[in-house]
Amino acid sequence: MKAISRTAPSAEETGARSFARTTRLLMAPAVIFLLIWMLVPLAMTIYYSFQQYNLIMPMYNGFAGLNNFAILLGDPTFWKSLANTLIIVAASLVVTVCLGLALALLFNRTFVGRGVARTLAVAPFFVMPVVTGLIWKNMLFHPVFGLFAWMARQLGLEPVDWLAHYPMLSVVIMITWEWTPFALLVLLTGLQSLPEDQVEAAKLDGASAWQEFRHIVIPHLGQVLYVVVMLESIFFLTSFAEIYTTTGGGPGTATTNLPYYIFQTVFQQNDIGIASAAAIGAVILANIFAIMLIRFIAGNLNAGAAR
Amino acid sequence: MAIVELKNVAKNYAQGLVAKGKGDKSSNAVDNFNLVTRDGEFVVLVGPSGCGKSTTMRMIAGLERNTEGAILIDGKDVSQVPPKERDIAMVFQSYALYPHMTVAENMAFSLKLKKRPAAEIKTHVDEAAQTLGIQHLLDRKPRELSGGQRQRVALGRAIVRDPQVFLMDEPLSNLDAKLRVDMRAEIVKLHKRLNVTTFYVTHDQVEAMTMGERIVVMKDGKIQQIDTPINLYEFPANRFVAGFIGNPSMNFLRAKHADGVVSGDGYQLSLDGGHRPAVISRKMVDVWVGIRPEHLRLSDATATNRIQGTVDVVETLGAVTVVQLSVGEHSVTAQLPGHQKVELGDTLTLSCDSDKLHLFDDESELAIGRESTAQPSAAAEV
Ligand SMILES: Nc1ncnc2c1ncn2[C@@H]1O[C@H](COP(=O)(O)OP(=O)(O)O)[C@@H](O)[C@H]1O
Ligand SMILES: [Mg+2]
Repeated sequence: MKAISRTAPSAEETGARSFARTTRLLMAPAVIFLLIWMLVPLAMTIYYSFQQYNLIMPMYNGFAGLNNFAILLGDPTFWKSLANTLIIVAASLVVTVCLGLALALLFNRTFVGRGVARTLAVAPFFVMPVVTGLIWKNMLFHPVFGLFAWMARQLGLEPVDWLAHYPMLSVVIMITWEWTPFALLVLLTGLQSLPEDQVEAAKLDGASAWQEFRHIVIPHLGQVLYVVVMLESIFFLTSFAEIYTTTGGGPGTATTNLPYYIFQTVFQQNDIGIASAAAIGAVILANIFAIMLIRFIAGNLNAGAAR
Repeated sequence: MAIVELKNVAKNYAQGLVAKGKGDKSSNAVDNFNLVTRDGEFVVLVGPSGCGKSTTMRMIAGLERNTEGAILIDGKDVSQVPPKERDIAMVFQSYALYPHMTVAENMAFSLKLKKRPAAEIKTHVDEAAQTLGIQHLLDRKPRELSGGQRQRVALGRAIVRDPQVFLMDEPLSNLDAKLRVDMRAEIVKLHKRLNVTTFYVTHDQVEAMTMGERIVVMKDGKIQQIDTPINLYEFPANRFVAGFIGNPSMNFLRAKHADGVVSGDGYQLSLDGGHRPAVISRKMVDVWVGIRPEHLRLSDATATNRIQGTVDVVETLGAVTVVQLSVGEHSVTAQLPGHQKVELGDTLTLSCDSDKLHLFDDESELAIGRESTAQPSAAAEV
């Protein structure tokens, strides 16, 4: 078969080959961009993670073997930051997805003022993380000037110093505030793509509102939910600005997550080697989520192509 | 099985907006709908797109609330009862299968919600699958099925429930022509077997004529006529029904009446006892004459009933030859035997028996004179 077609290549085959070449050519800019912006820094990080490289001790440079990793794994702050990272991801995920789904169900109905309400609900998503941190720190959480403190005083209660006494809760609240609109938007789009007649068929089949939600809406949203969870996980893993501008990782190490730990190692201890080793840890963690996401998307694309 | 009764039912989608001046009585999507079914009857709603067929079905199902009147099932007013308590199964045009469930799960869904024992559910599903010949598909997902198979699953999901009433809203319109004819026969057979009161919506008059025990012809939200297929054909109540039922459509000629003869440019037709007294007693001058293409035949130029015109179009279909003629200002379609040789530009004389003529009032467009003798009204029987 192969030999025959080689002596007389069919028009279809040459067409397919030139199509493949065109495809590669058109993808080249994106691939090259990715190589430069992703692979080069990653390679450098891996390289430095095996180097002894502290900016204030320039005389001790050189290959360090697995020493950086050993120091890292022996550092209780690293373990604490890892735990904090996972707490932030898990807590923020649960709240944003539940709240986002509830709001999406609400906004999927028609009511007076829906347009305005929807715009307002989505607005936090367009606020930069640094600004988010500053708004919450100075205008809402602040024990003297904050809105919450004022409300507490109006009710005759003692104002709470949120960032000092409930640092982790505060961080999760801020991240949730910022990212619930994302979940809302994506889930709302998902809800709007649910064919009305399926819901009606379920109603006629005798489904109550809850059964309709459980058996029709949730399965329909399954893929969308998965994408929201995966994307948000990756975003939450890298939360930094909200922590930097508010708690500064504290009090103590109460809100130090992995990105913040890396930041501190580089810019406060000036130890590029250990920071790089920690960064490799973060990369591995992010990859676990990313691989699941990519598998899922690729699986869906294939299923779509096969259809 | 149930008797469904619609009493003065109307639907106005703009109601609630009336206060804002957006809705009024004339914008009713369905207006003054009255119908009583027999127990186990197969009723077809037919009419052009947008005439309110789906709206009527959705009101019976409870997916829309009727804004006026009452809907009764076995004498009980269900107007305020939510769809899940009406025990009505509906087959949607889009099938509306649940995409994440297998065929078996789709069919079992309603029984599962009712918390029936698993064994009983399985028996019902298998039985329905057997009836529809889809046993081998039970483990597939809807997206792995062809259009015809999905259609069967949608029917299966409805019959598994053994409901009081079936509603089918253009269930065959997404199938190709051949399959449609097969499914048509199959649905009729299924109905004979289950004997459940069924409402069937279509915009295709052939489907309506072949399937319906009784047909409700609708236009602009209003019932035009409710009758058996043969009565609709022979005794259309108005010009709309006359033109809608039958293929090719009835010809309409604007005629002047004088002494029991109606005539116009290129034709003259004498009326028989069925029409003559009514027309004369009403002192009518202007009327519409309706003639079905299949009742026209070639004749010589001296016939008492004659229509003369030149041939514009000839369609040779084999069994029949359909020709279009210009008769004065009118275009007339005639269905002639297949062997008839007709050339473009020929001048033909056609004739038609007087008892096959239909007359309609010039203004109201209602039929004159001839009326269906046996009105099979379920209301009268009950
Ligand atoms: N949800 C709706 N809101 C407003 N108008 C509607 C709605 N559904 C149908 N209509 C109107 O009601 C009329 C009847 O529609 P429908 O019952 O769907 O017709 P059919 O099924 O006979 O094609 C149409 O004029 C249509 O525009
Ligand atoms: Mg419709």
